[in-house]
Amino acid sequence: MRSVEMVARTKEEALELALKELQTEEDQVDVEVLEESSSKGLLGLINVNKVRIRVTMKEDLSQKAARLLREILVNMGISAQVEVFKRDDHITLNITGEDLGRIIGRRGQTLNSLQYLLNLAVNKGRAEKERIIVDVAGYRKKKEESLKKLALRSADRVKRYGKKEILYPMSPYERRIIHLALQNNDEIMTYSEGEEPYRRVIISPQK
Amino acid sequence: MQELVELLAKSLVDQTEAVRVDKTETANSILLEITVAPDEIGKIIGRQGRIIKAIRTLVRSCAPPDKKVAVELAEE
Repeated sequence: MRSVEMVARTKEEALELALKELQTEEDQVDVEVLEESSSKGLLGLINVNKVRIRVTMKEDLSQKAARLLREILVNMGISAQVEVFKRDDHITLNITGEDLGRIIGRRGQTLNSLQYLLNLAVNKGRAEKERIIVDVAGYRKKKEESLKKLALRSADRVKRYGKKEILYPMSPYERRIIHLALQNNDEIMTYSEGEEPYRRVIISPQK
Repeated sequence: MQELVELLAKSLVDQTEAVRVDKTETANSILLEITVAPDEIGKIIGRQGRIIKAIRTLVRSCAPPDKKVAVELAEE
C-alpha cells in the first residue's frame, strides 16, 4: 500500500503536501500523526511547530479482493494473472493464465467455492456487501450460453412429450439463468426443488 | 495446502492470531485440522457447513492424486 511521511508546521499543511505527493483526495487516505512538537525558535521570537504525519492510501475494495485472490492462487500452486473490472453493482475478477481447468473444477465447483469464500472474506465486517464475481478466462460467460441452450433444449422436449424434466443440481446463479431463459414461454413452467447445494430446476408442462 | 487452509481461515475470522492449522500425514492420507477462537468457529463452518465445504473443495483441487485429504475443525 502506498504511503508517505510528511513534516510541516501544521497538520493541515502536512496533509496538503502529502495529498499532492500521492496525487489523491482526502477521502481516499488514512492520516496518522506520528509526532507533534512545538519548541521555542531561534532567539525565542517565534514558536516553531513541527508535525510529522503518515498518510496512507486507503485500499480500494476491488484491490483488496484481487490481492486476496492472487494470494489464494499462489497457495494453490497456480500461476495466473488477475484482472479487475469494476461495475456499478459488482466487481469482476477475471483469472487468466495456465492450468485454468483446475480452478474451474467439475461443473465449476471449485470456481464457485473460490468465489463464495472470496465474497465472505472481502465483505467481512462490512454492512454493505459488495458482490464479487470470479471468472476464469470468460468461463462464466460461456457457461451462461450453454445453460441457456440446455434450458431451451429441455423445454423443447417437455413441450413435445408433455413430461417434466429435472435438471442437474445448480447454484442459485445458474438456476436463475435457466428461469430467465424460459420465463416468457407459456407452454411450460419452471421451479426449483431440493436443498442447497443440490437444488435443481424442474421444467414442467404448463397446467 | 496447509498454507492455503491457513490463509482462508485467517481471511474469514477476526481473531487471526488464534488461527492454527495442524497437518498429520500418513502414506495415503493428509489430515488438516483448523483451530480458531471458539466464538468464531461458525465463521469457518457456515450455515449447514457451507463454508467448510467450500474450503474442502478448494483444498481437494490441489491435493496430490494419490492421497486422501481431510479438512476438519480441531476438537478441544
